[in-house]
Amino acid sequence: MPASGALASVPAEVGVAKPDPVLVVNGVERRYGGLLAVDVDHLEVPRGVITALIGPNGAGKTTFFNLLCGFDRADAGRWTFEGEQADGVKPHLLARRGMVRTFQLTKTLARMTVLDNMLLAGRDQRGEGFFRALVPTWRADEAANRERALDLLGRFKLDRLADEYAAGLSGGQRKLLEMARALMADPTLVMLDEPMAGVNPALTQSLLGHVTALRDEGLSILFVEHDMDVIMTISDWVVCMAEGRVIAEGRPADIAGNPTVIEAYLGIDHGSSTTGEIR
Amino acid sequence: MNLPAVSRSLRVLLCLVALAVLWPAGAAHAQDAPAGDAGEPTEAEETAEACTFGKAQAIEANGGPLGPSIWGRLCQVIDGAPAFAEGVEVVVSQDGEEVATATTDEGGVFVATIPENGVYQVAIDPETLPDGFSLTDEDRATLERIRVNLGDQQAIFRFGEDTRGQRDASDYLTTMAKGLRLGLILAVAAVGLSLVFGVTGLTNFAHAELVTVGGIGAFVLNDAGVPFWLTVPLAVVLGGFTGVANDRLLWRPLRARRMALLSMMVVSIGLSTAARNLFQIGFGPEGRRYTASSGQFERAYGPFRLTPNDLLIMAICVVVLIAMTVLLRSTRLGTAIRAVADNPDLAASSGIAVNRIVTVVWGFSGALAALGGILYGLSVNVSFDMGFVLLLSMFAAVVLGGLGNAYGAILGAVVIGIVQETSGLFVDTAYKFVVALAVLIIVLLVRPQGILGQRERFG
Amino acid sequence: MSWLSILALAVQAALGFQGASYALAATGLNLKFGYTGLSNFGHVGFLLVGAYGMAIAADNGWSIWVGFALGIGAAVVLGLLLGVPTLRLRGDYLAIVTIAAAEILRLVANARPSEPVTGGSSGITGLSGKLGFFEPNFIPSGSFGIGDLSFNSRQLWSMLWTWGAVLVATLLVRALVRSPWGRVLRAIREDEDAAKALGKNVVVFKLQSFVLGGTIGALAGAFIALDSGAVSPTRWIAPLTFAIYTVVILGGAGTIWGPIVGAVAYWFVLDVVDGVLNNLWFDVSDTTAGAVRLALMGVGLMLLMIFRPQGILGSKKEMLAGAR
Repeated sequence: MPASGALASVPAEVGVAKPDPVLVVNGVERRYGGLLAVDVDHLEVPRGVITALIGPNGAGKTTFFNLLCGFDRADAGRWTFEGEQADGVKPHLLARRGMVRTFQLTKTLARMTVLDNMLLAGRDQRGEGFFRALVPTWRADEAANRERALDLLGRFKLDRLADEYAAGLSGGQRKLLEMARALMADPTLVMLDEPMAGVNPALTQSLLGHVTALRDEGLSILFVEHDMDVIMTISDWVVCMAEGRVIAEGRPADIAGNPTVIEAYLGIDHGSSTTGEIR
Repeated sequence: MNLPAVSRSLRVLLCLVALAVLWPAGAAHAQDAPAGDAGEPTEAEETAEACTFGKAQAIEANGGPLGPSIWGRLCQVIDGAPAFAEGVEVVVSQDGEEVATATTDEGGVFVATIPENGVYQVAIDPETLPDGFSLTDEDRATLERIRVNLGDQQAIFRFGEDTRGQRDASDYLTTMAKGLRLGLILAVAAVGLSLVFGVTGLTNFAHAELVTVGGIGAFVLNDAGVPFWLTVPLAVVLGGFTGVANDRLLWRPLRARRMALLSMMVVSIGLSTAARNLFQIGFGPEGRRYTASSGQFERAYGPFRLTPNDLLIMAICVVVLIAMTVLLRSTRLGTAIRAVADNPDLAASSGIAVNRIVTVVWGFSGALAALGGILYGLSVNVSFDMGFVLLLSMFAAVVLGGLGNAYGAILGAVVIGIVQETSGLFVDTAYKFVVALAVLIIVLLVRPQGILGQRERFG
Repeated sequence: MSWLSILALAVQAALGFQGASYALAATGLNLKFGYTGLSNFGHVGFLLVGAYGMAIAADNGWSIWVGFALGIGAAVVLGLLLGVPTLRLRGDYLAIVTIAAAEILRLVANARPSEPVTGGSSGITGLSGKLGFFEPNFIPSGSFGIGDLSFNSRQLWSMLWTWGAVLVATLLVRALVRSPWGRVLRAIREDEDAAKALGKNVVVFKLQSFVLGGTIGALAGAFIALDSGAVSPTRWIAPLTFAIYTVVILGGAGTIWGPIVGAVAYWFVLDVVDGVLNNLWFDVSDTTAGAVRLALMGVGLMLLMIFRPQGILGSKKEMLAGAR
């Protein structure tokens, strides 16, 4: 894999520059009341690889994630996506530019069919305009999108369920549907918020397979995760946060032995249930 | 809900409220209000009323039914007594064509018969007015648009100096105080609405009927001979039980079914409609008054003209609101309530019996709403739809302060009450309520989370 | 009154102008509430501007088409004015702001200073005559029907126009909600954030739905004004909005024909109850009978929402999917 190969020469330092990064973040801050929840000086997310964003509970991972894709407003800071300004941009515009996210608690659209969930994400659908909706020229777009949607559903083994309400899916199937739906939106950067949370081991393997396949197709992936085994298996680059700051960056091997990371995890009391977490 | 900034502004607010209430009361004691000024309508009111004219009087003056007509009376207060302009010709025309004329009789009354409903111009010639008469506004000798929809219509010509625009500092201060009174009553009534929203997420339209339960409950007891001040605690307890019953019999089972909040809102609309109309059937459509409302006259307390009941109402509200604040801030129960409001799941996992807390909150909500209803009934009147009349103001207060924030509801209510009353000084009184609602909408534009609400948090 | 005539009168209300006007108003609300999940509790405000548009046109001697244009134009402006600031807010805020806005409109129309335009508290009368609504009526005079179930020429003319408008509006809504545009509306109803994350400009879609739904409501208001020939402010109160909600939910929120079925069923049930009440209770005054009827409507709305939230036409399966 050429992209991860290019990372081989990048030193494992916080804020290190990478060749051709997809996302570059500078001085991002987010406060809640007096608390500084996110405080990231400089971070570059590499292109064409799987980057994991890890850290103990309350490290500000999800908040940071939400800031990046426009779902929360930063108090300070700038960032660019594909070289263009991305701070202060509405989330739907970022999505159209190719930065597509999923949610920790899956947001499948319950009272819509699986296929409709997919079709919604289709990018080129002229029938979404109010007046054009009344002219049936959109049916051509619909047919093309439908073919692509069924293809993707097939890949995630959901094609048999295409006409079921999304509410009827199991928790794992919803995760798969959400990932398929994100792909339907034709992203360049896929942002996954804890994709393996609450998923059984067999399904975790299947999800992992899908994620690596995406990377192999050339997509960039940034995901928030707790599970250390998962991180070590599939990520090419790991960013570790604690108390709102990035405390370490590097290849999985660099991170595993990093004393700052271990201290950050051990310094926090874990009563939580996620399996495989460092305790 | 528990930010230091919130409690600081709340403390400032409560101090202001306390000052506003106690200062005039103290002033009254100090100066021993003269006996003469209690209960007498002011001179301006008396003379203005002397020229008031109605259809019944017109029929009497006409000696029979008016028929399709435009009628009225030319009257001016001269030297403190009403005088009537006799022998003045009144010309009624439509689209520039004269359709009728009439001449005023010795009582100043005219009745001009018109062909049909429509829009007419009605004019008098100022030159023909008797000596001493002068129009308030020289340009209003012709009334350009008198609309007749229902057969007949009064045309009002105004004479004499315009006393309506003249106010002194006392009028402004009194109006402020009345606004504060309304605001405090709203606060007591609405704080429960906000608490219930906080712990359950329900926007409860039937909160209005909890207010009515208090008002009517006290009235029924009062009517049966119980002294008014004894009915207050009884009706408050009744309200509390009604709130608890609401939760146990309806909302708890619906929560257990995981009903969507929007659907619950619709259920509460159904409950509100049903209860309000049942009240109308039982209580009748007319407004009534408590025995304690009679014999109440405005007195001067310093620069304020208020009734003794007004002072008492404000004092009760302040005491109750302070007690409520202390309860929320400094007791175990209060902490539990705030915990449930912040995050029910987290509260449940830390050992709080969420359902029990919710029921307790419903009890408080019902009791406070009932108290608000009684106090509103005391200051205005008791009717089957008194809560419904207040509902929009309560919503406005709660949203203005920040939904689910009890302190915000208090602050919002005081703002809404004062804005509503004082706006009558600057715009036509018909727009009082409109101004209050417009303030709500403007505040939401600037600060969508309300005055004390927090910016919504994601993730 | 015999049972047969009670039924006949109920059918008359259900199929007549009352049913038609409620169906039209409910079609507008259904687009907002049923398909987009917008809790607009000020729907009556849109009916009000539609009715006053017509009345003001009549009062100034303009034509009926100007009346429609005024009402629809005002509804679009109202929708934008209200929607742009509030559609970004949470649902419960929207509910309260819209109910407040509708009440503001009513109070302004009612206020004395507005008299030259709106007629103040007495409103504006005689408008169907001035607008010539019934002039092109080709239906011969006399009554048509069987027994107590009969309509006169004027009623049929009103029904023809209003049911016609219902049909047009329903087909328009049907075409829209079955299109990709409608799919985005349903997505917003299910989860706004998910729609955002997939690149949909949620506020714009909500605004479009809000304005179109309001415009259909204004049309209903315009027809109510034309049929009754008079407009006064007392009619446009929050309980009318609640009644239209009852119609939408009764028929099945988020279904295409739900508003029509709901309106017909609503008036049928209401009038049967009225007839029965009148038969059983000879000595109640009118206000009491009205209160009993409304109390029953309230209880009905509660029971409906609790035990059959999908209404007559909605699918149980879809409803269960929503409950999760």
